Amino acid sequence: MIIHTQEPILEVHDLTVSYSRKPVLWGIDFTLPSGSIAGIVGPNGAGKSTLLKTIMGLIPPSSGFIKLFGRPLEEIRQRVSYVPQRESVDWDFPVSVLDVVLMGRYGKVGLLRNTGARDRSIALECLDKVGMSAFAKRQISQLSGGQQQRVFLARALAQEADIYFMDEPFAGVDAATEQAIIGLLREMAAADKTIVVVHHDLQSARSYFDWIILLNMHLVAAGPTEQVFTEEMVQQAYGGRLNLLSQVGDVMEKRAFPSREN
Amino acid sequence: MIAFWIILTGALVAVTCGLLGCFLILRKMSMVGDAISHAVLPGIVIAFLLSGSRETLPMLLGAGATGLLATFLIEYFHRRANLQTDAAIGVTFTFLFAIGIILISVFAGKIDLDQDCVLYGEIAYVPIDLWVTPGGTILGPRPIYILSAVLLIVILFIKFGYKELKLTSFDPAFASALGISTALWHYLLMAAVSLTTVSSFESVGAILVIAFLIGPPATAYLMTHDLKQMLAITAALGIVISVVGYWMAYWLNASIAGCMAVITGLCFATVFVYQRIRVTHKRLTHPEPATD
Repeated sequence: MIIHTQEPILEVHDLTVSYSRKPVLWGIDFTLPSGSIAGIVGPNGAGKSTLLKTIMGLIPPSSGFIKLFGRPLEEIRQRVSYVPQRESVDWDFPVSVLDVVLMGRYGKVGLLRNTGARDRSIALECLDKVGMSAFAKRQISQLSGGQQQRVFLARALAQEADIYFMDEPFAGVDAATEQAIIGLLREMAAADKTIVVVHHDLQSARSYFDWIILLNMHLVAAGPTEQVFTEEMVQQAYGGRLNLLSQVGDVMEKRAFPSREN
Repeated sequence: MIAFWIILTGALVAVTCGLLGCFLILRKMSMVGDAISHAVLPGIVIAFLLSGSRETLPMLLGAGATGLLATFLIEYFHRRANLQTDAAIGVTFTFLFAIGIILISVFAGKIDLDQDCVLYGEIAYVPIDLWVTPGGTILGPRPIYILSAVLLIVILFIKFGYKELKLTSFDPAFASALGISTALWHYLLMAAVSLTTVSSFESVGAILVIAFLIGPPATAYLMTHDLKQMLAITAALGIVISVVGYWMAYWLNASIAGCMAVITGLCFATVFVYQRIRVTHKRLTHPEPATD
């Protein structure tokens, strides 16, 4: 079930991606409205991160095309922000928290020039938004997992983009940080920013996202959460790979916010 | 004066290699320096055979070409054959180095090059390799000019490319997303490493080049968590190592390059042991609560 939007901000058209000739994503075709918080949901190996990386131009597609704001990525890079998986970088790298957030300004500063006082104040402001301003001078090797994620988020905010792509921002963070992050994302969406999040927790997906992209190598469903995030669709995405169908039904019944361990 | 020229040569090489080595370490590509410094051998031999002289320019060109060829091959095997970087490095540089060795032994009678000279260099000859103008004026040792020029190029490269080098080393995916070409900066860095290795090579030899590429940056990495400080400490260490290494060689009447490399290792060991003692001391005075 694929529900398209009339005025798409992101348009993925008939996208196929392969790793050494083996397709990992088939015929992905969906659109996204402005100001939404969209979740890319699916089982492990469904190609969620691959989809995000392809949209960001990090992996070349075998076929199909992607348009952001009706144009190819190269023309509107300034308006697009990317938050890679936290584990993808070396957190022992000798830089401070502020240095990392300033990296978000590099695209705006341009080649051969350095970040200035204005970039610095924007970076500090972004750190404040994620509640990390006390850590600006801290070395990144001293941060906890949740703090690392907040720093990455601050760096993305510093880009002052209109659309944000986040790869597993909730992985390995505690419940408090998760709430802080989702609160921030809602604020951003209210300011008409669009946020696309790779997520693998079915329980929280319903309450977090207003648009869902259900993926399992091919596109199972895409559209507003109430319409496409149904038991049938989730079973279709996870079916055959998981023996948890009853649990999936369970999730569907629990509309209320789930309780968590730790 | 002789001591001054030798120490200056050592310091120039140490600082140039160290600055680039910082980025190699942070990119987890320390062995690339090793690879390039060995892979340049066939280039040097071929350049010598073609030009028939030991002029600097053909040597630099030949060596630079095979140095870059090595980095291309490493990237190619790594990307296309899905080989781990260290395996790709191991295969590439031993192969190229061996070709160089064969070329030298085949043409051994005809050319004035030998493995020892290439591997260990002879920094003690720097003061007699003078640059004399056609008018007869002596301008001082030739390697000093070449190495100073290379150091200047490397400093300018790092100064103007600092933020790109930092970002592509720390988070290549984010860099690409910003539209910064990670491949371009990878090859620019490799070109700088090739240029440095090749120009340092004839005066100090491959072993010392490798020692300077990795030793001081690795020591600085233990001492600081700030990239700019790491670069500064590396440069300072390079100068100290050059001075101490020279006087150690003078005192022992031993190989200068060898002594400088030994001091590099000793510096690392000292800092490492000091850090361990400090950590253990901290644990003893402020014991952490048991976790289980």
